[in-house]
Amino acid sequence: MIPGAFEYYRPQSVPEAVSLLGTHGDDARVVAGGHSLIPMMKLRMADVPHLIDLQGLSDLSGISVEDGQVRLGALVTQSEIVSSDALAQAAPILRETAMLIADPQVRNMGTVGGNVANGDPGNDMPALMQCLDAEFDLVGPGGARAVKARDFYIAAYMTEREDDEILTGMRFAVQTGGWAYEKQKRKIGDYATAAAAVQLTKEGGKVATAAIAMTNLSDVPAFSEAAGAALIGTDCDDAAIKAAVDAMQGDIEPSEDNRGPVEFKRHVAGVMLSRAVKRAWSRA
Amino acid sequence: MKDFEDREQRTAALKGLGCSRKRVEDARFTQGKGNYIDDVTLPGMLFGDFVRSPHAHARIKSIDTEAAMKVPGVVAVLTAADLEPLGLHWMPTLAGDKQMVLADGKVLFQGQEVAYVVAEDRYAAADGVEAVEVEYEDLEVITDPFKSLESDVVLREDLEAGADGAHGPRRHHNHIFLWEEGDKDATAQAIGEAEVVAEEMVYYHRTHPCPLETCGCVASMDKINGKLTLWGTFQAPHVVRTVASLLSGIEEHNIRVISPDIGGGFGNKVGVYPGYICSIVASIVTGKPVKWVEDRMDNLMSTAFARDYWMKGKIAATKEGKITALDCHVTADHGAFDACADPTKFPAGFFHICTGSYDIPAAYVGVDGVYTNKAPGGVAYRCSFRVTEAAYFIERMIEILAIELGMDAAELRRINFIKPEQFPYTSALGWEYDSGDYHTAWDKALKAVDYDGLRREQAERVEAFRRGETRKLLGIGLTHFTEIVGAGPVKNCDILGMGMFDSCEIRIHPTGSAIARLGTISQGQGHATTFAQILASEVGLPADSITIEEGDTDTAPYGLGTYGSRSTPVAGAATAMAGRKIRAKAQMIAAYLLEVHDDDVEWDVDRFVVKGAPERFKTMKDVAYAAYNQPIPGVEPGLEAVSYYDPPNMTYPFGAYICVMEIDVDTGEWEVRQFYALDDCGTRINPMVIEGQVHGGLTEALAIAMGQEIAYDKIGNVKTGTLMDFFLPTTWETPNYTSDYTETPSPHHPIGAKGVGESPNVGGVPAFSNAVHDAFRAFGLRQSHMPHDHWRIWKTANNLGLHG
Repeated sequence: MIPGAFEYYRPQSVPEAVSLLGTHGDDARVVAGGHSLIPMMKLRMADVPHLIDLQGLSDLSGISVEDGQVRLGALVTQSEIVSSDALAQAAPILRETAMLIADPQVRNMGTVGGNVANGDPGNDMPALMQCLDAEFDLVGPGGARAVKARDFYIAAYMTEREDDEILTGMRFAVQTGGWAYEKQKRKIGDYATAAAAVQLTKEGGKVATAAIAMTNLSDVPAFSEAAGAALIGTDCDDAAIKAAVDAMQGDIEPSEDNRGPVEFKRHVAGVMLSRAVKRAWSRA
Repeated sequence: MKDFEDREQRTAALKGLGCSRKRVEDARFTQGKGNYIDDVTLPGMLFGDFVRSPHAHARIKSIDTEAAMKVPGVVAVLTAADLEPLGLHWMPTLAGDKQMVLADGKVLFQGQEVAYVVAEDRYAAADGVEAVEVEYEDLEVITDPFKSLESDVVLREDLEAGADGAHGPRRHHNHIFLWEEGDKDATAQAIGEAEVVAEEMVYYHRTHPCPLETCGCVASMDKINGKLTLWGTFQAPHVVRTVASLLSGIEEHNIRVISPDIGGGFGNKVGVYPGYICSIVASIVTGKPVKWVEDRMDNLMSTAFARDYWMKGKIAATKEGKITALDCHVTADHGAFDACADPTKFPAGFFHICTGSYDIPAAYVGVDGVYTNKAPGGVAYRCSFRVTEAAYFIERMIEILAIELGMDAAELRRINFIKPEQFPYTSALGWEYDSGDYHTAWDKALKAVDYDGLRREQAERVEAFRRGETRKLLGIGLTHFTEIVGAGPVKNCDILGMGMFDSCEIRIHPTGSAIARLGTISQGQGHATTFAQILASEVGLPADSITIEEGDTDTAPYGLGTYGSRSTPVAGAATAMAGRKIRAKAQMIAAYLLEVHDDDVEWDVDRFVVKGAPERFKTMKDVAYAAYNQPIPGVEPGLEAVSYYDPPNMTYPFGAYICVMEIDVDTGEWEVRQFYALDDCGTRINPMVIEGQVHGGLTEALAIAMGQEIAYDKIGNVKTGTLMDFFLPTTWETPNYTSDYTETPSPHHPIGAKGVGESPNVGGVPAFSNAVHDAFRAFGLRQSHMPHDHWRIWKTANNLGLHG
């Protein structure tokens, strides 16, 4: 658990950071909270000759809620998410999710930007951002662009972000209606065995909108449009929930690991989704 | 009444036996001011790190160290070829086998030590490790002990085919020993004639002690005076000194072994590891101190594991439930080398305590030790040698017999308990249980949890589940365990020929304070607190005025160390006996000072009083001053004593544990709703320390039963090499415990104490596991294997058709 030698940079502006990335290409990686990258470096599974620390970039911090939009800077920590009352009003599912991430020490260091940008299928925020239909802001040598969370993930650790781009933050609409993030894990600090993010609205006793995404059940976060569609127009009865669960099963592809075999993960995915929908409906 | 109050006050002031004195160690531990192995820093110190095998079984075709030697800061790279001229490329194990220090021609488990890189700093050492090029040729991997005994693949090519091992004949090239105890024929006959026989395979999976502090050492060879100083995480520093002397040829007086503060051991730090040998050699070669400290993955992958016992049991009984016989055959997976840490004559430890708390007239045990491509070890993880395996086996077999008989498992236990009047009781497998009162403990436990009420609630829950009103089941896990600790009598217990006595040396200072040094070493048990309490009660000086020192072989008397709950039964006894020697001399001094005959004074808490004249007395403090400051005819100056205590027998702590667990049938998640732990460890030295030990041991038991394992895939890769996958509970996963006690002193121990540190692990594992099994009993579950993590519990429910 001893990393190899690396050069350390602490740029003071986004252009400076982008320029460093451009200079060192594949040999450079950015680090924010370090909770994914540093262990990989210690295991010498990630060889990072040039490490660019983003903590000096004040533009990347802060939570804002304005004009029906929420913006999270990439450097916002999970603890800041937990303690933000504005966020708890605008999108309470974030606090519920962040509270299920590891422990206070990790939440004090781990950032939302690192969580979504790394492409680790075990991370909770990617599925959540898909559920919220968030957009990720990227800045590279060619300027800024935005990519929808639902389009961002290609495969495990592979995303639409180019090597010379930095994810600076994410935006999504202020949420209404009911929400729930339901997660089963073996212990504190573990990734999800299965987790479900649900955000829905209710009109006239029926589901008006529903967004559903699943964590750690494929090599990418699994937004299930079909599962959401199965709920819309129903009164969220058992049959509707079963239909949503069945639809979701078509959008996940779990693999066996120490958390259990595939059939178990599929079963738990169904249980998590069913519980999340019920709780979201009760809050709608 | 006034005399009584006075005596009470004087007794309380000592903070002796029975006092919940706060742990004196904790001031430094809780402030981060402990001095652990990685805190030891010496001028010019070098750092060692291992190249480890990525393969579980492979031939080594070449090792190229040239690139590594060019890495800036790398000083040396050792391979087996470098150690061979010193005869140190292999080392003896505590179990009579030998083990490669560095891979000699082949590797036998993933993580095995292949080369040792020494560098000027820790980073350079790691860079050097990465630069060593090893060419391997894969060999067929065997991770299943049953297949190993049928395989043509020879794992240990160094062992002569057909030759006996350390424990007798080996019937196959991958076989280590067959060890038997009990009357095989009588047991077979009793089983053949029995009205009811229950048969089951009970597997106790491979796990690991995983102390918070990993293993490590600092070796420093002083070439000027020829002295080797070895700091290390050693649970038995004196044994390490003797082994180091025998291996290196350095005379024992020229070796000083120091165990500083140790961050948990749990058996992991009993054995001798390649890191120690390589660090010593590296220090001798370079003339500089060399530090080696494992990281977490090194620790989990390569240092001693625990358990891995496949226990095939048969238990026979009458229709009324009176047990008539017990038969057990164990297939014991020892990994690549037999490095179990057991007393030499006991290759399966004290597994033959497996008749447990029950009066079983006939019993037989056979244990086959087997080599596989897994890490070596087989240590007693917070238990006496193989006693958790034994307790788990019998407590599962009792539950299975209860199912077979259609009986309540609490009642089945009660009718088979050894009765109070049967003690001292000799078991069918040869142990002499010193004392016990199992019925009283059992009744107290059942009453405390309202056992009948729990069973009613459970029956209602099953009905509600069947009606579809709940998806949660309720399990009631029962255990009545009997431990065997305090190894042990020199007549039958030794490690590498050294008898398992222990020792205490006391010096009373002129002003009435004292230092006591022992042959044991605390790894968190609180010896500095509790041994001072034993001594306070024996010599009448306040525990707060007594320093306890352990772990430095240049100052402490020889002892066999701390493991197997032996510190209180053996070193604690030595402390009491040395204290009594102090008191005997003090009595002569007091009598002289009081101008009466020795026999005319009597001991009273902290003083000698003239019989019949209590106003005439001399306190121990007065006596201590006199011992150094005035001539006393016929008595040497000073007040010191030493005792080497050879225990006449083991001690047999016992306990009754009840776990109430909620289980979610759909997710496999569990929640411990209640855990009641009654421990009888004989005389209680410090109730607060006991409670702490019980809480810690139960938490490790919870981990083992509910998720903790060292798992391998089919080609021998360790699947659980980090704390992401190896379950170490946090406060979040840890339930609340209720502890309770009865007190049945050991008749042969000077103060009646039996030891307690390991009881909660021994009794806890079956209590948690039985709770899981019990939840599914109504649906036909008989046996499932630990660890009971979510997916395995889910699988159990699924197999029973509970998912519709």
